[in-house]
Parts: sequence; C-alpha cells; structure tokens
Amino acid sequence: MAETSGQKADCRPFASTHGEKNQKMTVKRILPLGLLFVLILFPLMVRDDYQQHLMILVLMWVVIGSGWNVIAGYTGQVSFGDAAFFGTGAYTAGLFAYKLGISAWWAMAFGGVMAMAVALPFGWICFRLKGAYFALATLALNEVMRHVATLWESLTDGMVGILIMQTFVSKVPYYYIALALAAVSVLSIEMIMGSKWGYYFVSIREDEDAAESLGIDTHFYKMVSLNIAAFLTGMAGSLYMNYMGFIDPEVVFSLHDISIMAILVGIVGGVGTLYGPVVGAFVMVAVHEFFRTGFFGFFNTLAVLTGSDVVHVVAGYVMQAHVLGFGILVVVVILLLPNGIVGDWEKMMGTLSSVRKKGMAG
Amino acid sequence: MEVFLQTLVAGILKGGLYSLIGIGMTLIMGVMGIINLAHGQLMMVAMYVTFVCFHYLGIDPYLALFISAPLLFVLGMVIQKYTLNPLMEVESLLPENQVLMTVGIGMVLTEIARFVFGSDYRSLKTSYSSSAFYLGEISFSVALTAAFFLAVAFTVFMFWFLLKTDMGRSIRAVGQDKDAASLMGVNPRRITIITFGIGAALVAVAGTLLMPLYYLFPDIGGPFTRKAFVITILGGLGSTVGAIFGGVTLGLAESFGATYIGMAYDDMIGLLIFLLVLLFLPGGFKRLTKI
Repeated sequence: MAETSGQKADCRPFASTHGEKNQKMTVKRILPLGLLFVLILFPLMVRDDYQQHLMILVLMWVVIGSGWNVIAGYTGQVSFGDAAFFGTGAYTAGLFAYKLGISAWWAMAFGGVMAMAVALPFGWICFRLKGAYFALATLALNEVMRHVATLWESLTDGMVGILIMQTFVSKVPYYYIALALAAVSVLSIEMIMGSKWGYYFVSIREDEDAAESLGIDTHFYKMVSLNIAAFLTGMAGSLYMNYMGFIDPEVVFSLHDISIMAILVGIVGGVGTLYGPVVGAFVMVAVHEFFRTGFFGFFNTLAVLTGSDVVHVVAGYVMQAHVLGFGILVVVVILLLPNGIVGDWEKMMGTLSSVRKKGMAG
Repeated sequence: MEVFLQTLVAGILKGGLYSLIGIGMTLIMGVMGIINLAHGQLMMVAMYVTFVCFHYLGIDPYLALFISAPLLFVLGMVIQKYTLNPLMEVESLLPENQVLMTVGIGMVLTEIARFVFGSDYRSLKTSYSSSAFYLGEISFSVALTAAFFLAVAFTVFMFWFLLKTDMGRSIRAVGQDKDAASLMGVNPRRITIITFGIGAALVAVAGTLLMPLYYLFPDIGGPFTRKAFVITILGGLGSTVGAIFGGVTLGLAESFGATYIGMAYDDMIGLLIFLLVLLFLPGGFKRLTKI
C-alpha cells in the first residue's frame, strides 16, 4: 500500500499529510463544525415554511449525493440508477404505513435495508460489467424498478401512488431528522473512507486490475460500496415518503429528477470529495428553485413594478423554461467544472486571481 | 396462426426502423466509445422538423427526409464539436463525463421542444397514414412497409458508404485504433464530428419515417433512447451488423410481448432482454457473428 499512499492522499482532501498543511487542516475541521452549528440554529432563526422546506430538500440531497459519491466518486462505478434505491426506500416506508399500518418512521432503517436487498443481487450480477456497461445496467435497473412499481398494482396501487398522513404539521421536526441523517451519513462516510475500505474503494477507481493483483477482492468491495450507497439513498427515500406524504412511480423512480439530479449534486460539488455533495446539494437545490420560481419571483415583481406586459410575458416564459435552464446548467458545469466546486476550487481561485491581477495591471 | 404471422410481420417491419436507430447509435459508440443518451431526443427533433414541414409548409413526410436529415447532420456536428470534443482534453476523475453530457444535451433538446411546441400530443394525418394492404389474411400498413423498405435502403447505403468510400474507411479506422489512424493521416477529431453528424442524420431518417405512424410529444425521446441502447447492447457495441439483428430482435420481442403478454409491458420486455443479454451474452450478437 505504501508506494501509492501519496497519490491517494490527493484524492482525500481531509487526510492530514504534512505539517505545513496543519493550519489548512484545522480550517477544514472547523468549517464543517461551524456549518453544522449554523444548520442546527437555522430553523430557530428562519421561521418561513418555504425556506425550511428548501433546507429539508437540501439535506435530503446531501444524503443521496453522498451515497452516489461513495459508489461513483470514490469507487469509480458511475451509477445512473440511484432512483431505484431511492424509490425502494420510499415505497418501503409507504407500504409499511399503508398496508401494515406501522408508522412509516419505523421504515426509515428498513427502507435502507430494502434498498440494499435490491442492490445486493443487482451488484452481484452486474459488477462483472465495467465502465459504461455498468452505468447502462444501472440505468436499466432504474427503468425496471419504475415499471415494476407501475405494473404491480396489487401491491403499489400503480400510477395512483401512495398517500399517507404526515406525522407533524410543523416542518421543524422533519428538518432535524433530515439534518441528523445528513450529518450521520457524512460522518460515517468520512470514517469509512479513512478506514481500509476507503483505500480499497479508491484503489478500485484508480486501477482495478492493479487493485486485483494486490489481492483486493474488487468484486466484493464494489458490492460493499454499492450497498453503502443504496442504504443511504434508501433512507433518504423513506425520509421523503415521511415528509411529503405522497409518492407515485413517476416521482420516486424518475430518471431525471432523482438519478440525474444525484449525479449532478455529486459532480457540481466535486466527485470524490467528502464535502462535495454537501456543496452540490446546496447549489443544485438553490439553482433548481431559482429557475422554477423565475429567479425567486424577480421577474414577477419586475412585471408588477413596471406594469409592462412584455416583462410579464417574459416572466411566464422564464418559469416555463425552468427545466431548460437546468439542462443548460448541466452542460455548462460538465464543460467548465468537471471536478466540481470543491474539486476545482483551487483552479477557480487561480482563474479569479489572475483575472483580478490583469484588471489591476490594466 | 394468423395472429402469430401478423405479429411476426409487425415485429419485423418495426425492427427495420429500430435497426436504423441502432446503426446511428452504434456508429457513435464505435468511433467515440461513448453511449449517446441523447439519441432519442435527436430523433424527437427530427420528428418536430417533419411535423413543421408538413403542417406549416405542406411538405410530404417522405420529401421532408431531405430537410430533416441534413438539418440533424449539422446539429449533430455542432453538438460533437462544441460540447463533446472539448471534454476529451479535460482532466477528470470520471471517464463518464461525456455520457453525462449527452444526458444534459438530451434534456436541453426536450425542453426547447416543449418551450416551442408545448406538451401537446401531435400527429400527422396523411392520406396513407391509416391505409393498409393485404397479403392473404395478413395486413401490411402502407406507411410502415414503406418505412421498412426505405430503412433497408438507407442501411444498405450506409454499408456501401462504410465499406467503399474513403470517409467510411477512415471512420472504421478511427473506430479500430485512434492512434494508428491518426498516424495514417486521418484526423480523428474531424472524423468524430462527422460520425456524430451521420449518427444524428440516420436517427433523423428513422424519426421522419415514423412520423406518419406515430404521435409526437417532447418527452418521446426518452423511450427511444432506451430502445436505442437496448439495440446497441443486443447487437454488440460498435457492430453495425449487430445493430440490424438487435433492431429486428427488439421489434419482434416488443411485438410478441404486446400480443401475448400485454401492451403495458413492451418497454419492460426491452429492458429485460437488455439485462439478460448483459448477463449471458455480454458481447451481444457480435460475439456470435464475429463481424
């Protein structure tokens, strides 16, 4: 392991490598704690339901994005099918409440386990596929699960979906549950990636054949990695069911809204970095809402202020085209920030400072 | 027996069109090594082009081929040149960035179509849309049969192009070994751009031929992208002959599934075949034919 440890430290920004970086390390230690502190205080300071709702979504995406990051970012097996696990978790919770009459909260952990039950046979069979083939197999899993949920009407009620009563009226309890889940998942991923498993995962991503020849059971560790991802994503799905109170196959098994969004959260934040998905979740949910609400109602306000019909029409178009804006964002992000905000942070700062210097010189 | 034969005929006719979709995809796959997940969306664009031609300009769908295919050829080249090629130089942890990019492009195309045309279902009503002729007891839809034979013609043309022309040889060379091809004086960058253009043009032909038979809405791209990759995996990635077998197999499977199991399952059958092929015949039909 020793000869490659230097390379691996690069992939893991939180690993303390040299004394000179100690100061940077303390910043990296304090920053997440500070963030956690702010997040704990958030619902006490912001009482607006809408903003609390957005934060709950952000936290849910932190969990999903972190899960995706384990399998795709660290282990290098890109999954296009996170929605399969998310939906399984959501349906587990929903069916617990709907068919068995057990509180959907009990299903939080069980949703993760059920997602693993999907991931286990899938991974066992499909990890013999490599690269793009595996990505396609996950895509197919996504679609198969959606069709199963749609067609197995005796169990899932098909397209009608499942409606359960929400436990709390206020958003605050959901917020803290989501926060706890997000914090625990980030923490546990940090622990896993600091352990032997983490090194195995990264070695599989860097060079699978070399890892295999060093005696790592790559098939087994890819399975471990996929199951961690599935468990987290399934838990997030159960949380979604509890929080939203309604699911149907098109929503929870959606390729674009769940699977692609999970990939974007990972990529925008930074693939293979611990806090990448956290940053990515904030950015993506913000951007999604930004487009969906027409720049947070900016155009509507403008239309009312100016009283002009043209602006009003433009506002309507902007709101209609929110998915378009989202798609363009995907293209731009992959072109300009292939390693994400966290991964390309230094590059971004470099560009920024060189632009500044040029400005000063000119 | 008649039901069986009817199903067989419908499956083969549909399979001809699917082959055309699959050949475009497999060309792109063979030359660039990426799965183009915007393939169905490109087809959707071609279908809207045909729709506009017919509805506003009164051009027959079969003549609209000469508009939609060149347009999509250009669109494909632009996509490859400005979005996919720049990614080749980018240093990134994940090699699947290009695949993701095609997903993003697919989203953009779908949403532009929704923005311009709305989410309504559209269809073309031509004089021959619903007419059919009979051979014995079996009915042949005129439009589907015409589409099948045109698809076969385009496929044959494609083979001639790939086997006999300089450009076709260069494309195959880049598909086999990029470095060796560039040493022989082939510009791989230019070839990828042209290949993507050809792939887009082929799927545009399929879309235009489908238009008199099918309805159209912005989200139609997704299911066809899925069909396209099922076909490509069935045939073996990068194999043109395989794509034809894959297309016909999928057409038959869907057709028999719809008759004997149920209409709702046709998408599912494709995906199940896909998973089965991945498991038991990972190279696709290419493994069997060695072409």
